[in-house]
Formats: sequence, C-alpha cells, structure tokens
Amino acid sequence: MRPSQHSSLPLRLALYALMVLLAVVFMFPFLFMLVSSLKSNDAIFADVSSWRALLPVGPLTGANYANAFLRGNIGHYLANSVLITVVSVGLGLVVNSLAAFALARLEWRGKQVALTLLVILLVVPFEAISVPLMLLVAKLPGIGFGGDGVHVVRSWLDTLYVQVLPFVANAFSIYLFHQFFRDIPKDFDDAAYVDGATPLQVYIHIIVPSSRPVFATVTILQALTMWNQYLWPLIAVPGEGARPLMVGMQQFFAARQTAWGEVMAYATLSTVPVLIAFVVFQRWFVRSVIGSGVKG
Amino acid sequence: MPASLDLCDIRKSFGSTEIIKGVSLTIAPGEFIVFVGPSGCGKSTLLRMIAGLEDITSGQLRFDDVVVNDWDPARRRIGMVFQSYALYPHMSVEQNIGFGLKLAKKSKAEIMVRVDQALSVLQLTPLRHHKPSQLSGGQRQRVAIGRAIVRNPNVFLFDEPLSNLDAALRGQMRMEIGKLHQHLKNTVIYVTHDQVEAMTLADRIVVFEGGVIRQVGTPVELYDHPANRFVAGFIGTPTMGFLSGRVAATAQGEGVALDAAGGQAITLPGDLRRVAHGAALTLGLRPEHCVVCPPDQTMLSGTVVMLERLGAETFAFIDLPATPAPVAVRLDGGERSLVAGQRTGLRFDIERAHIFDADGNSISSSAS
Ligand SMILES: Nc1ncnc2c1ncn2[C@@H]1O[C@H](COP(=O)(O)OP(=O)(O)OP(=O)(O)O)[C@@H](O)[C@H]1O
Ligand SMILES: [Mg+2]
Repeated sequence: MRPSQHSSLPLRLALYALMVLLAVVFMFPFLFMLVSSLKSNDAIFADVSSWRALLPVGPLTGANYANAFLRGNIGHYLANSVLITVVSVGLGLVVNSLAAFALARLEWRGKQVALTLLVILLVVPFEAISVPLMLLVAKLPGIGFGGDGVHVVRSWLDTLYVQVLPFVANAFSIYLFHQFFRDIPKDFDDAAYVDGATPLQVYIHIIVPSSRPVFATVTILQALTMWNQYLWPLIAVPGEGARPLMVGMQQFFAARQTAWGEVMAYATLSTVPVLIAFVVFQRWFVRSVIGSGVKG
Repeated sequence: MPASLDLCDIRKSFGSTEIIKGVSLTIAPGEFIVFVGPSGCGKSTLLRMIAGLEDITSGQLRFDDVVVNDWDPARRRIGMVFQSYALYPHMSVEQNIGFGLKLAKKSKAEIMVRVDQALSVLQLTPLRHHKPSQLSGGQRQRVAIGRAIVRNPNVFLFDEPLSNLDAALRGQMRMEIGKLHQHLKNTVIYVTHDQVEAMTLADRIVVFEGGVIRQVGTPVELYDHPANRFVAGFIGTPTMGFLSGRVAATAQGEGVALDAAGGQAITLPGDLRRVAHGAALTLGLRPEHCVVCPPDQTMLSGTVVMLERLGAETFAFIDLPATPAPVAVRLDGGERSLVAGQRTGLRFDIERAHIFDADGNSISSSAS
C-alpha cells in the first residue's frame, strides 16, 4: 500500500505514521530475539525493561550461536526439518494438484461425493485426528535405515517419514488447486485432446504451465506449515534422531535455569531460512496471495 | 485424405434431457457443410460428438464407413477450431501449431517443415515467436486454423470461428477460409450464426431446430424451396413475411382467404386438393417478390413501420392487420420517397409465394 499521490499532505503523513507504527509492532519481537541472541543471560535480564533490550549495546557475544550448534545439536535438527519440508512439499504439489485435476477437469462417477468429502475434511483440525493417527502409526510396520542397513521396524514412530507421509495429501491444498483449475477454460483441454493429448499430457502441458500462481501459493503455505510442525513430532518422534527444528528448542528449557541467549540464537537460526525464502520469493508470495484472493 | 461422414440416428442426452434427437446425415468427401440453427439447438454438441469430445448416447458415427463411436479425438484425425480459439497461452505461435505433432512424437525436422509450411500458408511466419496474447483477433484466428491444418486432418470442424471478429475482418477471414478449402479440399463442418457465411461458404446447409434436422440442401435450394416454415423464416435476410389465412372458394376456383385482407380471398395457382376446405394456411413472401402500391389498388394495406436503407437496396417493413410480424418489401426505383408512418398498399406475386399448411410444412407447387 502506498498513500495515493492525490491525497492531502496531512492524510499522507498520518498514513505513513500508521504504517511505521505497524512496522514497529511487527518488528519488535523479532528485534528483541535478534539482539538477545547476542547477549549473555545476565545482560538480557539487565536490559529487559529498557530500550537497550532492542539495541545491540553492552558486551556482545557469539557464544550463544556456538552453543546452539555444540550443545543444542541444531545442525542435525535443521537438516531434518529441511528434508521433511522439501520432500513433503514436493510430493504434496504432485499429489494434490493431480487430485485437483481429476476433480476439476475429468468426468467420473462419484466425483460429487469426493468433492463433498473434501470440503468436510477442510473443517477437521489436525488436533482432532492426531491421537488416533498416533495410535495408527505406532503399530504400522515400516522400514528403518539404521546402522545395520535397511531393516523392518515395528512402528513408524521416531522416523522421518512419519513426519512426511501424513501431510502429503492435504485437503486445503487440493481445494486451492481445484478452485484455480476450475477457472481455466475447458476449451484448452478440448483443443489438446483434439491434438492427441492424454489426460496426463493435458495436466503436464496445459494445466501446470497455466497455474504457476497457485503452485506458488501452495508451496509457501505448505512449506510454512511443515517448517513449523510442533505438535505432531512432539507426539510421534520421542527420540533425537528424527527430531525437527521446532521441537529441538525444548532442550534449552529442560535445564534448571533456562539459557535465554541460546534460546534466542536457536530461534533466530530457525527463523532466518524462512526469512531468506520470503525475501527471495517475495514477488511470488504477494502475487499469489492476491491471485488466490481474486480466485476466491 | 478427406473423409466421408455418416451420421445414423445420432442421439445425445445430458441426464434425462435429450439434446440431439436422432440426426441422420451423409457428408461426401471434401464437402463443405454448414450447420445453422437457433441458439441452444445442439449444433456445438453435435460437432463435439463428431470430434469425439462428447460421448454419443445412441446411433452410429462412421468415417469412411468405419464406425468411430468409441475412438478418441486424436484417432479420428480431425482438426477443430474453437470459437474462443483456445490457443495455449504459454506457448508461442509455432509451439501452438506444432503441439499436436510433438505429441504424435514426430521428429524435430518434420515438425519444423510442417509448421513452417502452415505458417507460410497462413502468412504467420513473421509472428512465429509471438505469444497468443500479443496477437490481434484475426491473427489468433489464423493460428487456430494453423493448429488444425498442420496435422493434415480428415475432417475440419469449425465452431463459430469468426463470431469474435469485427465485420470487416470477418469478411476477409471468410474469404480466406473459402480459399483454404478450395486449396486443401478437406471435408469441413462449419457452425455459424451468420447467414452470409452460411450462404457463401456452404456446399450444403443443414438447418437444425431443437435437436433435429429441419432441412438439408444447397444454399439456393433452401432459399428457393424451403421445406417448412421454420427454414423459410430462418434463411434469408430480411426474413420472409408470413400471412395467415384459410382455404376458401374463389370465383376462379380454390383460393385462400387472408386474415390480413379482412377475409378477402385470393386465388392460388396449382393444386390444393390435398388441403381440406377451411383449413388454416400460411403464405410466405420473400421481400423481392412484393411491391408497394397506392392503398386503393390492392386488398392488402398497412403502415410502414421502418425503412432499412442499405445503400444498394432499401427494404420497407409494413405492418398489416392480423399479422404478427411486419412484412418486408424490397423497394426498387420509384418508391424511395416512402417514409415511416405512411399508409401504403402491398401486392405480391402469388406465383412465387410459399404456401405452408397448419403444421408448417410446405405445400407450394414450387417446393421440391
Ligand atoms: N455438458 C452439458 N450438460 C448439460 N447440458 C448441456 C451440456 N452441454 C450442452 N448442454 C445443453 O445442450 C443444449 C445445446 O447446446 P449447444 O451448445 O449444442 O447449442 P448450440 O446450438 O451450439 O447453441 P449456440 O448457437 O448458442 O452455440 C443447450 O440447451 C445446453 O444447455
Ligand atoms: Mg454453440
């Protein structure tokens, strides 16, 4: 938003002031995190009730970051989270867009029922299914890649794929794809069928290239969800091997005295990848949110 | 190779509503067939069934005597041009035209040769790298045609291909499509709302109403010998005028008492023995077979409601009593002084009038 060139000066000033205020409100926690991650525990508490809490002043240290890696094992958790996010988003794009393609562009018996089920699934929160899902995966035999090579394990608990597979198919993603695909003129498909295309070729050559905005939207929403997973890994991944980034933070709270500086360093390191991704894809992000808004 | 087409009692239902109600038609190889009919009568649906984009509920569709009901569109080797053009928006002109060849796994070299050829036939070579959004309506239209001709199809299907163009461009593209057909000699089925397109392009016109064929014939046949009142009213601009009446005796023999003339009867030529005395009849009058005259010289008189001056010719629309729609008259020479609102008489050439019975079927001696 930019105040229009035509509005009067006081109005423009007021609008800018409002925007600055909003920016400060949103920046505040981030700034606090960033600054505190560079201070010792004592310094954080000494500064906490003054403006110094938001400025990098006093004795600064990189020890918190070193400890996040050494004591906190963040490198391992970070790698887990990246793997989980990339794989589940990648699989999700294929699976959900194909499902939406079948729902939006192909004729088959039972389609209406499937659509209704999809809408019902939209309103079921994950919390409601997390416990039954846990009971299910606890008893599913799976494959382990332990030190002694590939072997069968008795449960999915404590694996990376238990954090991926339940989230690949996603009702909301299918819904977003469906809404977008539905508005692409059917004549494109018909022209391609006349040109000799199969339904899969229509999907690959016609639908996907015309749908970049919705692929961007789903990528961003799904990636954020996966990156921020907390409840499910807390339930399904008790061990350290497959632990993701967000759950990894809890180790700093376990000790008698919480090391706030290290918590903040850890939090900064968890946020920075998202921030980088956001800056890189900012153009896409804004456009896709607008695009999905217009599409309803 | 141009294919012959056979439609045998083709039907189509969507749910419980029947849209195409038994269409039978034989199309010779290389023939240019035009489908016309009011909106919603099923022209596009039938075309899509021929293309293989819509299932055939019952009946048989044959290409060169082979039943193709279950063939998918690609196997039928048709080329189709959509009203919306449906150019793939993310592909360039040459990619659009070459897409079908690419799917058919033709070699790069062959694709290039054939795309180049299509581009040059349609004078699109300088635009080959443009995206559809960078083209004008007429250029998009040509790309759509290029996409259809490049695979050298057996049958060309056009669904109102020119309806999104302005009048001048439509005239030009109409000529180009005509020339293209003379050059390629493919079998063509062409759907249009435009009378001029239908009359100028067609070898034969098929007139549909409500999912059935009302008449098939050459443009001149349909104009001169419409088989029923629907076709008579549908073909020709301005439309044929209709006068209702009933069979009555006249001094000279059998005739018709016209409602518009307050029941005065006029003698009809030819044989009306098939029609019962007193039965309802309708006379159909082409504008060029009517003349205006002073009101006291004829039994038909009414008011001029509108004059349509087209430059080369002028039509007067005359409102007659007990007649639902004004009757169009082509004026030549003298009567150009006529003005709207004026009272005038109307005479017509009874020898050339079309006569329809109560069911709307033609009983004119001139009907074939
Ligand atoms: N997929 C469909 N499902 C249900 N009804 C349909 C479907 N497609 C077409 N119809 C109906 O079939 C009828 C004929 O449609 P069609 O498009 O063939 O008409 P048309 O003759 O091409 O009309 P126009 O001249 O306006 O293009 C219409 O009443 C339409 O509502
Ligand atoms: Mg149509």
